[in-house]
Amino acid sequence: MSDTILGRRTLLGMMAATATYPSVAFAFSEAEASALINNAVREITTVINSGKSESQMYREFERILVSYADMPNIARSVLGPPARTASSSQMSAFTRAFQTYIADKYGARFREFIGGEITVNSTQKINSIYEVRCTANLRGEAPFAITFIVHERSEKFIDLQIEGISLLKSERAEIGAMLDKAGGNVDQLTASLS
Amino acid sequence: MFRVLPHIILTASALLVAGCSAPGAGEFNDPYEDVNRSWHETNTIIDRGVIDPVSTAYGTVVPDPVRRGVSNVSDTLSLPGMVVNDVLQLQLGDAVHNTARFALNATLGIGGLFDPASEVGLEERESDFGETLHVWGVREGAYLVLPLYGPSTERDAAGLLVDIALDPVGHLLGTRERDLRAELKAAELADTRYRYSDLYESVLYESADSYSQMRLSYLDNRRYALGVPIVPNEGEEEQSTATYDIYEDFYE
Repeated sequence: MSDTILGRRTLLGMMAATATYPSVAFAFSEAEASALINNAVREITTVINSGKSESQMYREFERILVSYADMPNIARSVLGPPARTASSSQMSAFTRAFQTYIADKYGARFREFIGGEITVNSTQKINSIYEVRCTANLRGEAPFAITFIVHERSEKFIDLQIEGISLLKSERAEIGAMLDKAGGNVDQLTASLS
Repeated sequence: MFRVLPHIILTASALLVAGCSAPGAGEFNDPYEDVNRSWHETNTIIDRGVIDPVSTAYGTVVPDPVRRGVSNVSDTLSLPGMVVNDVLQLQLGDAVHNTARFALNATLGIGGLFDPASEVGLEERESDFGETLHVWGVREGAYLVLPLYGPSTERDAAGLLVDIALDPVGHLLGTRERDLRAELKAAELADTRYRYSDLYESVLYESADSYSQMRLSYLDNRRYALGVPIVPNEGEEEQSTATYDIYEDFYE
């Protein structure tokens, strides 16, 4: 919670400083959505180029994930129907295991980002979400598109699409398959994630 | 949609609907799933037994700049076919772009060995007959896993056959040059397989259900490539609204 407040204060400060947006609206705006992603990308880039050990970096990614992404609701969405019947302690255990799993899994991919750069190009509001479009320029690679989906309700991102491939959808399929292997048992699924 | 509802009801309904939006059996147009899965198994075995070791050998033995050069030549040879498709799609800007790319890489790029075109803004703009069919209004059709080739759709598979038959460069070449070209293509694929081996293997060998992951990734990526032009902010509104459904009911 304090992360959100801090985040917004920083954003408002940034907006006031650049004076591009003379009337600061209290509702979430396209400018705030893109500033959120700008900050997230900057933090991720700092960690990637920090020279820390991989396991230290993964924990840093997890911290960034928790402050910029709506992990409890992403976990709920990814789990699907069993989220309805799971107890709150089962859900929080699953959410914790899930965010660690995500940070480790995608953190391993971030090695390819060393020395690279992600830039925010444009932000567009579509119904209740903001599509924040970015370009990743990695060394020795053709540039590719990364899009963050920020929801106006949580003011955090709920999905990340790489060249159109949604991580939310991928993880729904993956966690769904893992749940099947765990015989539909959420506790067993949580245990298998860690 | 129900933004005005009290918080408690929202939380309760979020619990309910989060369940309903999970992927069901009917989420994909995949009536041949059984056959597709068995081809997926076969392709995975071939990858493990042949493609992975060959690519690794190629990637380890042949230095990076040489592999890149070989891939560039193969890529340059496929440009005339792309230009034909650009014209068939009435994408004349892309046709000119790819023609200029071909002209530059074939000459200054020494037969396509180097890629000076990308450095002056003539980056690769891929095109194929599957895309042409899409532009002409042909529907995607069922998901298919082709032997060796991997993920496709009925439309893309038909497009692939036409691209092979159409091949403007192939018609100008003799049998020996055509063989050489097939070898270049194989080398390009091996280079790609080696370059992205971590990513590829994490999907193929570390997923709980690699078939589902490949199907989802292929369809999402293909639709993205067809719906959004490579030049950003141009006709992006055309993109299917279905993409956003998962976000609309995210909290409701």
